[in-house]
Amino acid sequence: MNGLPNFLPALPEIFLVLTVLGLIVYGAIKGEAESRFIGYIAVLALVVAQVLEMSLSPAHSVTFNGLFQSDRYSIYMKSLVLLGSALSLILSFDFQDHEKSERFEYPIFVLFATIGMMMMISANDLISLYVGLELQSLPLYVLAAMRRDTVKSSEAGLKYFVLGALSSGLLLYGASLLYGFTGTTEFSGLAAAFSESSGHPPLGVIFGLVFLLSGLAFKISAVPFHMWTPDVYEGAPTPVTAFFAAAPKIAAMALLVRVLVGPMGPLTAQWTQIIVFLSLASMILGSFAALNQTNIKRLMAYSSIAHVGFALVGLAAGNVDGVRGVLIYMTIYLFMTIGTFAIILNMRQHNRMVENIDDLAGLSKTHPMMAAAMAIFMFSMAGIPPLAGFFGKLYVFLAAVNAGLYTLAIIGVLTSVVGAFYYIRIIKLMYFDKPHEPIDRKVGRDNAIILTATALFILLFFIYPRPIISAATVASTSLFGGG
Amino acid sequence: MTIEIPILSLVTFLPLVGAFFIFLVRGEEEIVARNSRNLALWTTLVTFALSLLLIPNFDTQADGFQFVERFEWISGVGLNYYLGVDGISVWFVLLSTFLTPLCVLASWKSIKTRVKDYMIAFLILETLMVGMFCALDFVLFYIFFEGVLIPMFLIIGIWGGPRRVYSAFKFFLFTLAGSVLMLIAILAIYSIHGTMDIPSLLSAPIPSDLQYWLWLAFFASFAVKVPMWPVHTWLPDAHVEAPTAGSVILAGVLLKMGGYGFLRFSLPMLPEASEFFAPFVFTLSIIAIIYTSLVALVQEDMKKLIAYSSIAHMGFVTIGIFTFNQQGIEGAIFQMLSHGIVSAALFLCVGVVYDRMHSREISTYGGLVHRMPVYAFVFLVFTLGSIGLPGTSGFVGEFLSLAGAFLVSSWVAVPASLGVILGAAYMLWLYRRVIFGELVKDNLKDILDLDRREIFIFAPLVVLVIWMGVYPSYFLDIIHVSVTGLIEDMSLSRVVTDATSAIH
Repeated sequence: MNGLPNFLPALPEIFLVLTVLGLIVYGAIKGEAESRFIGYIAVLALVVAQVLEMSLSPAHSVTFNGLFQSDRYSIYMKSLVLLGSALSLILSFDFQDHEKSERFEYPIFVLFATIGMMMMISANDLISLYVGLELQSLPLYVLAAMRRDTVKSSEAGLKYFVLGALSSGLLLYGASLLYGFTGTTEFSGLAAAFSESSGHPPLGVIFGLVFLLSGLAFKISAVPFHMWTPDVYEGAPTPVTAFFAAAPKIAAMALLVRVLVGPMGPLTAQWTQIIVFLSLASMILGSFAALNQTNIKRLMAYSSIAHVGFALVGLAAGNVDGVRGVLIYMTIYLFMTIGTFAIILNMRQHNRMVENIDDLAGLSKTHPMMAAAMAIFMFSMAGIPPLAGFFGKLYVFLAAVNAGLYTLAIIGVLTSVVGAFYYIRIIKLMYFDKPHEPIDRKVGRDNAIILTATALFILLFFIYPRPIISAATVASTSLFGGG
Repeated sequence: MTIEIPILSLVTFLPLVGAFFIFLVRGEEEIVARNSRNLALWTTLVTFALSLLLIPNFDTQADGFQFVERFEWISGVGLNYYLGVDGISVWFVLLSTFLTPLCVLASWKSIKTRVKDYMIAFLILETLMVGMFCALDFVLFYIFFEGVLIPMFLIIGIWGGPRRVYSAFKFFLFTLAGSVLMLIAILAIYSIHGTMDIPSLLSAPIPSDLQYWLWLAFFASFAVKVPMWPVHTWLPDAHVEAPTAGSVILAGVLLKMGGYGFLRFSLPMLPEASEFFAPFVFTLSIIAIIYTSLVALVQEDMKKLIAYSSIAHMGFVTIGIFTFNQQGIEGAIFQMLSHGIVSAALFLCVGVVYDRMHSREISTYGGLVHRMPVYAFVFLVFTLGSIGLPGTSGFVGEFLSLAGAFLVSSWVAVPASLGVILGAAYMLWLYRRVIFGELVKDNLKDILDLDRREIFIFAPLVVLVIWMGVYPSYFLDIIHVSVTGLIEDMSLSRVVTDATSAIH
């Protein structure tokens, strides 16, 4: 307990914090003129953090008096988050050029949120969990309201803030209940306390668990805590939506898995029931509610709700295979989402952003490559082999079937058929319909690169899936105390 | 004689390579279209030539899979890239590689827009079809099986008729709904035996209480593909709206995926459930045969008529498969091959007149024999083949599956035989209305007979229909040992299941 804590496991976070503080000062002095430069530095910092993260010792280590932990699982999930943040930040450059809405705070908020997410993933204590969660959430509220001159964006920010604060309250209440019944906030202490009462946990613990889970379910936008998602997705500026859809969702999922498998491990029989319900509700609502959407960002919101439902199918299995499924699913989800948003960011007519699904009509004639990429993403989201999305579904359903959750698996695949309907509707618009008002020809260079890379990843994933699948296997095993 | 080249992989992925080269074609639209056509034709022809190598090198005496290729694909879950064919699948591989060049030729003139994309879609489709018949790993099989949906959806939706969107969606969602249930069944089998390896699962016992559920899940998928009554409704729509070549592949190969699935999975892996559900399958098949034949009688649209006749013919296939005896199963396989040739040819025949008159209505035509004698002859051969006249391929398949059915129960065989009569009725009536009679319609007066390209398409089909009808043992010899093996597998896993349930 004496002397300095071991800083090494938190090196990427520390590096990011120092960078972001430097950038604030620099931005405050130089003003808006240098925001692009700050953006580039932010991307670079994320890349460096990624490299640092990869070079960390994969052994499980706990530091800062048990508040912070690092293991293969956290390295894997943080890599995903960093990748998601970096890609969505790059996507925003082109948008800001067009909209003349460059603000130097934007990359700084993204960085702050990213640090918060990394804290969440590495949390080893209910306190650090909450601090990480709030550090993530506060910048996100501001980002949602970034375009404060438009009503929609302000509304999105406010809605997100009010509901987010409510969910944080729920989470905190749950955490305090858990503390009250166990006398500790540290994950390993909680796990020990729960395993003593294994089988018959006190009612208060169950309440605490439910409240904690509700708070986390809000962050991953699982039904019935999803209400904010469509409005915030629609209202927030599109690059912010892309960011929301990618990084925070993965971080929250990582946290959920970490909490449930770690401290709540002895209560698996209790929380799997909740996860099964969340999963079913999310899949069903996400698939059916998306059917009638006309705005592509709202559609993506419902689609992300459904995807969370599918990922939770793996978690519902409550074992190492299931968690591996979740990790693979979220990895593939990240690439599909970033790619799709790269296309949505290119949807402009006469230099103005458009968001109606109908505006994609005839895209295959005007932008054959973009349409092909979008078709790849849509078929992949629908889970049609040989595209990557199929493998995501394969692994989560494999875990569910192995765990004997047949009903969940069957309802899951059937809702994926419903979901397929709206995905192929987009393909129908692009390929079967005639263009009425073509999308502008110009495609930003950064966007085009990200678009091509993600589309190729999704398309060719099946040829050599081994690296990602074995990395996910190692990460999930480490979470269960193995490897 | 054995050869060392990975022939199945070559046959499977050569079309994909061709598709990639077509993808690279750039330039003016006219030139791109011409180059794509040529590239696609040559790719498919070379693929076909390669696949022909399978037959002389096939060991007709050996049970089990040949030309096997295997290496690890995804470790951990134990997924393998595992290809191989036996006597049941080898002819389907050939059927696919044989029909695809004909499809390319048939689309030579009728497809005018987005020729490049069209050819790419067809080549990808060929890869997926061939891969599906060769795959010996469950997940690999599923990937090919369901991957087919993507190119077919686009082919119907982009190059189809006026109601193409509706048909494409219906096709996509019907088949997807069926096959996702099969995915769950595959995963359940994996969770029991811990392997996705099809050959070793063929004789692996599955607990009887689970067998029934798994069988139903497989059935959901295959019944939609076959298609069986009452889930057949996507087929007439898809056929009517698809471009000619799309219908050819749909009728020629895609429908066979269902029958192939029953033979490959349901029978050997789930023998108990298969026996339990056999009366159910017979009932549905008989309803399909009688009902769709009657529906075919009243059709005004030629493509729709042939589509309904397909459902009836596939009814014989499902009956044959579920007789569980040598005649019935061999008959079913032969019937599938024969139907693959005949119905594909009939759709091509419709395509010929459709290209000229842009109408599929039977009433548009009449008296074509006066202007198109060669066409009339070709159409006659396939009509008779469809009816099952002795000497054509259709006879052998129907005869064998009905013979198998009589061994099981005459209650199954007699109503099914009635379907043969109805089949003759609607096909001959169609032929009479289109080909015979006086040539009274003015716009038909200058219709042209088959040109060289079309004769080139039909010649091999005519030869095959007669060859298969006159000398079926050339084809059956290869099928024979595998079917015997299949029946043994069935009884084998049943014995093991009995033994395990006795222990419990």
